[in-house]
Parts: sequence; structure tokens; C-alpha cells
Amino acid sequence: MDAMPTRTTSELKRAFPTAEISEFRGQVRAAVPVSSIGDCLRFLKEQLGFDMLVDLTCVDYLAYRGATSRFGLVYLLLSVDRGERLVVRTFVDDPQPAVPSAVPLWQAADWLEREVWDLFGIRFEGHPDLRRIVLPEQFTAHPLRKDYPLQGRGERHNFPVITRAEG
Amino acid sequence: MPLERILPSGDLAQDEPQEYLWTMNFGPQHPATHTTLRLVLKLDGERVVDAMPDIGYLHSGFEKLAEHLDYNQYVTVTDRMNYVSPMANNVAWHMAVEKLMGIEVPPRCQYLRVIVAELSRISDHLVCNGAVGLDTGAFTYFLYAFNPREKLYDIFEALCGARFTNSYTRVGGLTGDASPEAIAMIREVIRELPKTFGDMERLLDRNKIFVDRTKGIGVLTKEEAINRGASGPVARASGVTRDLRKDEPYLSYADFDFQVCCATAGDCYARYLVRMAEMRESLKIVAQAIENLPEGPVSIGIRDRASLPPKGMVYSTIEGLITHFEVLMTNRGFEVPCEEIYSATEAPNGELGFYLVGDGSSRAYRARCRPPSFLHFALFPHLIRGHMLSDVVAVLGSLNVIAAELDR
Repeated sequence: MDAMPTRTTSELKRAFPTAEISEFRGQVRAAVPVSSIGDCLRFLKEQLGFDMLVDLTCVDYLAYRGATSRFGLVYLLLSVDRGERLVVRTFVDDPQPAVPSAVPLWQAADWLEREVWDLFGIRFEGHPDLRRIVLPEQFTAHPLRKDYPLQGRGERHNFPVITRAEG
Repeated sequence: MPLERILPSGDLAQDEPQEYLWTMNFGPQHPATHTTLRLVLKLDGERVVDAMPDIGYLHSGFEKLAEHLDYNQYVTVTDRMNYVSPMANNVAWHMAVEKLMGIEVPPRCQYLRVIVAELSRISDHLVCNGAVGLDTGAFTYFLYAFNPREKLYDIFEALCGARFTNSYTRVGGLTGDASPEAIAMIREVIRELPKTFGDMERLLDRNKIFVDRTKGIGVLTKEEAINRGASGPVARASGVTRDLRKDEPYLSYADFDFQVCCATAGDCYARYLVRMAEMRESLKIVAQAIENLPEGPVSIGIRDRASLPPKGMVYSTIEGLITHFEVLMTNRGFEVPCEEIYSATEAPNGELGFYLVGDGSSRAYRARCRPPSFLHFALFPHLIRGHMLSDVVAVLGSLNVIAAELDR
């Protein structure tokens, strides 16, 4: 469904003509090609006043009907003064999915990007400290990907065991 | 005397070794971490130079589980996210699901959801503030805060049969209506709780030891709060006048008269005061909701094929039986659009949101939970730098980090 043009969407469209604006149940979303996501986020923060990154997450579209890309990254932005929300999405593909880091814009992206890296294996270029965050360092898979089984691949049984004598 | 801030030194592992600094491991098993949090502190004497949180000890993969449980089954997992206020998680989850499906729940259900969400906010703040007191040495205070929480659990038990892991909501409604006994218990709590709040305020608000240990500690400015994604009481204590109940009214919050409690100092003491004030406001909302509780059903009708019919109907009518089967059968189930939605609520800790991707089946294709604790704990190294070792517990307590929610 086409969205009602607002100041945000019209300015975004003017600056980034490739952005696709859509709306669902009153929620405005912009899909931006991955080549311009960094500039687009900077534009939204600095020109349009989206000063808060509420959430950053990822969806693996491996088995999704009609999907053309493997991964969709979702940035939930908020302008605190105006109370306006905007969902910005971009799509990346295997192999080596990567996007520019949003940490220089919003500090909140630090842990959120680490989490997406940990669970989906998407690299954030320019992130100051891109390490795994919830899983142990020696873990090799990215478990929220759709091709990772619910029960795991036996990692749990292979965790190093530290005995009382060693510890 | 205010301590000078030491410049952030970044990652502990990459710093040049400095002989006089020493590293201290805090947690994962430590009484003041409340659950399993681990911090690696870099200390200069007793002053914290840097802190490196290490999380993941309680990682349960609940977002993966959401892709394998249907929209009603998953509510049991939401109980275990922020287990101090499970009702608020239940409400947040099913609000997101209903927004995705385009379901509007009946007014009585909305009011009851507001009541349980606000009671769980009180319960959460009682624990949080009680624990801040406990960690800073006020043990008696903790007992004063914990005792009325039992009454709130009694109410939850009367409403849904469970004290701790409530799972009270269902798609399009609730598991059951509030009995007259439960409503009487809520009325009693509305009468009794102000006395508890008064006791708590008299015990701690002007207690010199407590004020000295929390005032000016862990200061978060307004700009930092916004930039670092703080929400809820943590952001409001830093002067961000944002409350989703007012700014994006959901359920029936627009019907109630209440204030958004804010402070400007941004320190541990301000966060404590904001939580104290919020409990009184929550009680105001509960009182208004219980007096104006609308009559009517607590679930949408069976014609929408989304909510489970009441058991009596299942056993005595053919329509009820068919609907029950249709909702539960894996090849029928709910009608869900192939769309994505973000829905946020003002949970006790901050903005609790779900980003849901529906694929037409009765299970979420992806259910991202936006946990407030996760972003709040990321603030911790920033807040503690330059303070003393004993301030670690004060800052940690005032952020109210719940590890189950934090570790995902």
C-alpha cells in the first residue's frame, strides 16, 4: 500500500529516489538499497531529526514467500521531539553479508549490531568492537539463521568442561 | 566530593598494560548481580577505570523458540523474559500479535490488561527499588518493599491461577474474566499500597546514607539517554519526557488521568525517585480502571476464528468445539498477513517492543523482542567510569537489569 506523503517521506524520497516507501497499519517504512543505507541513516539523523535508534534487528528471509534477498536489516528510528517513528529496511545477500555500522550515529547500535552479528552473521563495517555478545566466542554458527536447526548442531555437548582441579 | 571522570579507555583487552591497575571479576555468581551478570572491572585502587560487561549466561534463544511456537503458545516464553513483571510481557506480546492480525480487543479486556500491566509495573518497581535499597545497605527497606508484592501475586493467582508465570493473555483476549473476588482484592490493594509507599519514602528518601550513595552517581545526560537508546524510568530520570502510554496511547490508556514522572538529574537517586513516583501514578490508573471497568466479554467472539472459545462453550456447543479445533489445528490456525509490524508498550523497565514478521502460518516467521534491559546494560560502562567500586551495585540496581531479558 502506498503511504500518505509526509514531510519525512517526501524529503527522504527527494534525497534518495531509490527508497521505497510503504505503509502497514499506520506504520511508515522505507526500503533503502544497501549501497545507500549509511548515507540514508546519516541523512535521517542529521537532517530529519531521528535522534534515537530504538532497535536494530535482522530477518532471515530464506524460506519466506516472495523474498528476493536473504537478509533484511530493520532499523527502528524515532524522533523524540516529534514522537515520529520510521522503520528503515535494507536487504543484504550471501556470501559475506555486510552493512556499514551505525555506531558513529547512535551509540545504541553498539550492542545491537553485535547481537545481529552474533545471531545472524552480518558484518557491520566500522564497528569498534564486533565480537559475539550472547554466545560464547568459540561458537561457530549463527543460530537465528533459518538453516540452523532448533536443537542446535551438538555445540552444547562439545562445550569445554572445566573440572574443579583445573579451575 | 565529585570524582573526576577518567576518559574512556575502550576495550580492556586492547589497552596497554598499566602496572598499577588491577582487574576484578564481578559475577556471574554474586548476590548484587541478582541473577547471572558478569562484569570485568578495571580498578585503580577502589576507583573503576573501566568495566566490560560479559553477558549471555542466561541465553535461552527465545527468539528462535518464537519461530517454532504458535502465537498463543509463545506467551509462556514471554513470562520468562522479564520475570519480575511477566504480565507486562504477556500484554506486550499479544498486543503485537493483534496489531499484526488487525484485531481490536473488547473494552473489558483492554481495561483488564491495563490493570494487570500497571500492577506488574508496581511489582517491578517495588523489587527494583527494594533491591537498590538492599544493595546500598538498607535491608529492612527491602522487606517493606517485598511484602506487598505478595498481595499482587495473590491477585495474579486469583486472575489466572499462576503467581509467577502468568500467561494471562491470549490472542484476542484473556484466559478468563476477573472474578468478583479478584476485583475485591485489587480494591483492597489500592487502599493498602499508599501506606507501603509512604513507609518506603519515609525510610529511604531522606536517608543520608542512601542519598550519599546514590546522588550524583551514574549520571546520564538527556542527550546520552536518547543517543544510547535508554527508555522508561531510566530515560525519564534524565529528562526525556517520553512515556508511550501518553505519547502513543495503546489499549485504553487515553481514558485515564495520570502524570508522566520525570526528573532531570539523571543519577541513581533520580531513577529511584522516578520509580517511586510512577508507582503512585500506576495505582491511580488501576483505581480509575477498576471503578470504570466496562461490562462485556473479555475475548473477541468466535466468529473471528482467532480467540479460543471458553471451555464451557467448547464442551456444550458445536460452534465452540469447531472453533477450538480450527484455532488449534496446525493447518488452519490464525489468519495472519504476510507483513511486518513493530508494536511497543511502556513496560516497567522501558520500551518493550516486538517486531513481528508474519508469513500466513500460525507461527511467527520472526519475532524480535526489543528488550529494555539490553540497551540499559549497555549504558553501564559509561555510567560507572570514574566512580568507586561500591557504586557498581548502586548503578546496577538503578538500571534494573533483568538478566533473562538481557541475555535473550
